[in-house]
Amino acid sequence: MAVKQELSHTLWIAWKDLVELERSKARLILLLLMPFIMMTLISSIFPSQNALSNVAVAVVNSDTGPYGSQLLAQLENTSRENEWMVFVNASSFDEAKEMIKSGNAMGAIIIPEDFSETLTSRQQTANITVMTDDSNPQVSTAMSGFLGQVISMMSQKQAAMNVYPYAQSIKVNPIAIVVPYRAKSEGVVGRSMSYVEFMVPGIMMMVMISSVMTGLPRAIAYERDIGTLDGFLVAPISRLSLVTGKVMARVATGMLQGVVTLILAIIVFGVSVDAVILPSVLLALLLGVFSFVGLGILLTSIAEDEQTAMMIMMTLILPMMFLSGIFFPIKLMPNFMQTIAYSLPFTYAVGAVRAIMIFGVGLGAVAMDMLILIGFGSVMLLLAVPVFNRAMTR
Amino acid sequence: MHPIITTKNLTKIFRGGVKAVDNVSFEVEDGEIFGLLGPNGAGKSTLIRMLCTLTRPTSGTATVAGYDVVKDADEVRKHIGLVAEKMIMYDSLTAYENLMLFGKLHNIPKEILNKRIDDLLDLVQMSEWRDVQVGTFSTGMRQRINVIRGLLNMPEILFFDEPTLGLDPQSTMEVRELTRKLNKEQDITVILTTHYMDEADVLSDRVGIVDYGKIVALGTPAELKKKVSESNAATLELDISNATPGLVRETESLGCVDELLIKNPIVEIRTSGNDAVNMIIDTVRSNGGKIVSIKTVEPTLEDVFRQVTGHKARVVDVEKTSTRKRWRLWRESRSRVK
Repeated sequence: MAVKQELSHTLWIAWKDLVELERSKARLILLLLMPFIMMTLISSIFPSQNALSNVAVAVVNSDTGPYGSQLLAQLENTSRENEWMVFVNASSFDEAKEMIKSGNAMGAIIIPEDFSETLTSRQQTANITVMTDDSNPQVSTAMSGFLGQVISMMSQKQAAMNVYPYAQSIKVNPIAIVVPYRAKSEGVVGRSMSYVEFMVPGIMMMVMISSVMTGLPRAIAYERDIGTLDGFLVAPISRLSLVTGKVMARVATGMLQGVVTLILAIIVFGVSVDAVILPSVLLALLLGVFSFVGLGILLTSIAEDEQTAMMIMMTLILPMMFLSGIFFPIKLMPNFMQTIAYSLPFTYAVGAVRAIMIFGVGLGAVAMDMLILIGFGSVMLLLAVPVFNRAMTR
Repeated sequence: MHPIITTKNLTKIFRGGVKAVDNVSFEVEDGEIFGLLGPNGAGKSTLIRMLCTLTRPTSGTATVAGYDVVKDADEVRKHIGLVAEKMIMYDSLTAYENLMLFGKLHNIPKEILNKRIDDLLDLVQMSEWRDVQVGTFSTGMRQRINVIRGLLNMPEILFFDEPTLGLDPQSTMEVRELTRKLNKEQDITVILTTHYMDEADVLSDRVGIVDYGKIVALGTPAELKKKVSESNAATLELDISNATPGLVRETESLGCVDELLIKNPIVEIRTSGNDAVNMIIDTVRSNGGKIVSIKTVEPTLEDVFRQVTGHKARVVDVEKTSTRKRWRLWRESRSRVK
């Protein structure tokens, strides 16, 4: 009987929060808009594999002989076919530099004076300089990789042509002489992955957790500020059912946003998700959110008012998101940052959802992550309820 | 008659060392309207919040309906209703939904609750607004819903914390009328806090005057006022046809005049001392003033307040001290320890 009453209290408290949300059209629209904005943003700002197309590249040809212009003509042809680069002529090294600095070119190819001479003499390898914008490390890395690859491709072609007569005479393929072996990439997923697909689990987790964490100050601290929470506090209901009621409404809202994210990913962004894994995904999302609500209640309780609570949440959520591996692989972080990342529940939540969605593993494979989430969530909730209790009657 | 509320040395000290309620002991009789009168920040609300189990006492004890407010908080909650100045209701919910929600939290079965909600809406003449969102209501209508929300569990004790604050005169009259009705007809004990002297006077059976966290006087309004009349303090209203600034200054400087207020054409003078009336008349006349009429004003609770506290009702927000002030107070308390 007592349990049934507590459950009824919990449901009524959750009902109230959800009805309030349902009747505020602005809040409802924003709630559904947020996953959409996040998905659109993430899928469009991050480069996909063939993102580098029609890149403006400055070319400086100082070569006195014929081979420089010959190479550039070849490059231009190949580029035009594949829509890789658009060439912009520059007169000197310094001009090319200026063009990169001003953003008119993303990189430059500079052919030196003695290019033809070195090639004809065949005493050493001829050099071509590739210049990139190293003020932006990401662009610089991408461009030098890209230009380097293109030029070494041209070099291989030339080499194959050079050895052609010899290869003919011994009846072998010239390419096999020039490029005896090469690496072929094979992924563990077994199908081609888009960046969006990689990001979806993280975004879902992020949308849900920020929904819950920023929703709690509104649900608790705000109501305490305006005095309506007193209505619950003077009723003969247990503090636990008050907390669980508030949490239930927030989790329902968060789950709704998570599911909207997933539906958007499938319908709009073409991510394929096996229907069989859906229950596991939802369970992992739920546990991820569960691991946070205790902490959310704890922080909301100790905060003086809604604004303070909100600021604490923001200060906490942002670094956590960056450390969780949503945007940046944890394995590539410095050691001490990895230690911090692995002590945050968010990391495990994202890891579990990602493993299930991308590798299609069963719940057994992420059992450890799940246990960590349950453990962290339970400990926080156990700490939070008495603190909430004290904070409400201070 | 037996006490339904008893407090013993009840004290509340907030973070930062602000003593909101200071060693208060009193009893409230079953069935009476008990008024707590005092300026903002005197500690009335904190006192009520402790009795409602919303604030934990720093020390001392209180029992409400026979239950300890700390140890048996849940039992206390079953017997009380709270109507505060900060209305407890949600704008996007209808009157019915608001009442349903809080009724359900009191474990009232649905059929009984439905009946009760209809009866209560009827009581405050709000039946036709049953299914309208309360956000569209006027302040007076909202307060009526707020009051009946406090009555859903048929409490033995109803706490009214500044129930008429911010209401228009019409709504104020309605709430006061309703308070009386509930007390007389439904036998509900009412604890009322107010900083309106007249409200405490007309509503309460007994009044406790609260100042700086202490109850400085307690009794029926008549008893309290009688104390003022018995003392040699009095308030006079003089109608002087040709008062000059000099005359007023002269009168004000008399030792027996505590305060002089010019309310054209009448001059109100608060006096103390045996021969005050004669001295004032002499002074006015010797300064060429012509007294058209003179009358002694019946003492009000404001006079009582003034007499027992020795100062006018002031406004200090103790509970709402800023963080910075609390921080300063905390630092001061630390340095005192050193």
